[in-house]
Amino acid sequence: MSAGPSTTRRDVLGVAAGLLGGLGARAAFGADTPPAAAPPPSAPPDATKVLGGPSTGRAERSAFEEAELVAGKAGKVSGTTFAPIERFLGTLTPTDLQFQRHHGGIAQIDPARYALLVHGLVDRPLRFGLNELKRFPSVSRAHFVECAGNGRTAFREPSPGLTPQYIDGQLNNCEWTGVELGRVLREAGVKAGAEWLVVEGGDASVLARSLPLKKAMDDCLLVYAANGEPLRPAHGYPVRLLVPGWEANISIKWLRRIEATAGPMMAKDETSKYTDPLPGDKARMFSFVMDAKSIILSPSAPGGLQRGFWPISGVAWSGRGRIHRVDVSTDGGKTWTAAELQGPNTGKDVVRFVHPWSWDGSPTLLMSRAIDETGYVQPTYREFLAVRGLGTDYHFNPIRSFAVDADGGVRFVADPEAA
Amino acid sequence: MSPARTDARTDARTDARTAARSPLRLGLALAVALSACEPAPSAESQKTAPSTSSSTSAAPAAAAGDTQPPAGGTPLPVAGAPAVAPTGLGLGRAATEAEIAAWDIDVHPSGEGLPEGSGDVALGKSVYATQCVACHGPAGEGGIGPQLIGREPRTGFGEAFKDRPRTIGNYWPYATTLFDYMRRAMPQYAPGTLTDAQVYGLSAYLLAENGIVGADFVADKTSLPAVKMGQAVEFVMDDREAYDRVR
Repeated sequence: MSAGPSTTRRDVLGVAAGLLGGLGARAAFGADTPPAAAPPPSAPPDATKVLGGPSTGRAERSAFEEAELVAGKAGKVSGTTFAPIERFLGTLTPTDLQFQRHHGGIAQIDPARYALLVHGLVDRPLRFGLNELKRFPSVSRAHFVECAGNGRTAFREPSPGLTPQYIDGQLNNCEWTGVELGRVLREAGVKAGAEWLVVEGGDASVLARSLPLKKAMDDCLLVYAANGEPLRPAHGYPVRLLVPGWEANISIKWLRRIEATAGPMMAKDETSKYTDPLPGDKARMFSFVMDAKSIILSPSAPGGLQRGFWPISGVAWSGRGRIHRVDVSTDGGKTWTAAELQGPNTGKDVVRFVHPWSWDGSPTLLMSRAIDETGYVQPTYREFLAVRGLGTDYHFNPIRSFAVDADGGVRFVADPEAA
Repeated sequence: MSPARTDARTDARTDARTAARSPLRLGLALAVALSACEPAPSAESQKTAPSTSSSTSAAPAAAAGDTQPPAGGTPLPVAGAPAVAPTGLGLGRAATEAEIAAWDIDVHPSGEGLPEGSGDVALGKSVYATQCVACHGPAGEGGIGPQLIGREPRTGFGEAFKDRPRTIGNYWPYATTLFDYMRRAMPQYAPGTLTDAQVYGLSAYLLAENGIVGADFVADKTSLPAVKMGQAVEFVMDDREAYDRVR
């Protein structure tokens, strides 16, 4: 493989594996502060004839790699960033390239003064410092975190040039380390009558949601590390809640309070927002689970596809559990073939799928379809619209389609049946 | 799961929302009724009740005699016993009442969590003009922030998106959410700076401007939970989990 936008993908995985530094300092995105023009990267003609650089305090990403988050319309403080998922390889998300969604900016918290309160319908209201939380038996698990609104751009403003970053870039998949929430709740002793938890952050929005106690005891974590290092401030440092498989809004960052309650608090983000108006003037609430989804990452818009062997590669994930199968179609959905699955696939984590393919130069349509272990099948765009209508901006998970043009260009196609 | 346990869950679900006024309760009842009438989409899905019940199954509502442990091997709670038994690692220390009081700000539909004090429409109008208008507009029409005021539209939220703003007047199901959210997070550039009286006043003003209460309304811990809101949708609980196709 030579020219084309995908040529810089090769080295990203190496970066992802051991990333501790990165582009944070120069990721000065935002409409009001365009990044200064950097000099083009250069390298000596023959690296074997020049003494290399010294060891550094942290390994920086190659200057030839340009992967960065891009900001959504809502701006930097309360807004959204999208991760360049088409540049990731394997299954884990480089730590500094996790998407960000803030409701009151990035909180700055001194770990020495951090505290978590557990109270409400409990036998013993407790206060934990960070070090006390770290003394609980720890677990490490890979899980995806996905914004409920991931896919919104592809839904509301579909355009041929949409890359995976803009289509599904509010997704990450990390190895999270922390303590099981159930262990901490047992320490406090949840009383009879408690069925929900109010979970709340210590940021400027004091973001609060109601979490069913059943889910809290099932698989939720209080995490203080991702991919082997303490959380970054943008991701909830020093402690966030991790609610596997559910919309990311409830994985409260900068977590400071857990209150056991009889019922939900009906917070702004579970009434005014994060509810789904459906046909018939109903609105679904507490729609936590992220439905199964998949997306082809290579080849993808804007293209650069060349004739010959070009394996189709992408990712799939489901909030209900493991991925059972991913089907790939290279003829617009007429025929489907099960792809090879790669990655841990331990449940509610991102799986990589690959499918060998040779492009003969003729125009076609590429699609992928995820099926999870519950038998749930990722719907077509038409199937989705027939059920959900146009009213909700959340949980948009239909099959993502990419058209291949004769010149090797690749275009996003929102509704392949419209052609 | 046994029929008895399913019933207990349903009861618990209803009881847990005794504060919910009729629109939501109706929605819940309808959701349950619908799920009961719906043919099961597949044998696979029958192991899982509509997901609203999954949210309550850790509650001590299980019928006596149901000894099947839930998934994960956690002992099923029995009546009168703690829902989650302590393990006693001895980590953490007792949280003081003052520490809890300083952070315990959530307000529930029942009114639980609302403080003393009150605020009227006039107070709210003056606070709005200085603290809110820059982002939400002079008439609550929205700008940098979302639209707050408006009764229209009254239908079609699920069929279209444009021209269907979701406002306090046509979408918000609980007046208590107004107080809770404004006190915890507004105004965005100076969060947590409003007094309780100012938040009560803003709640009264925004409810009055939406035509939900009269101009003489005074918001306090008794009046706010009693407000009948003007949502034009029927809120129903998530029912996707029992289905293996888009729902």
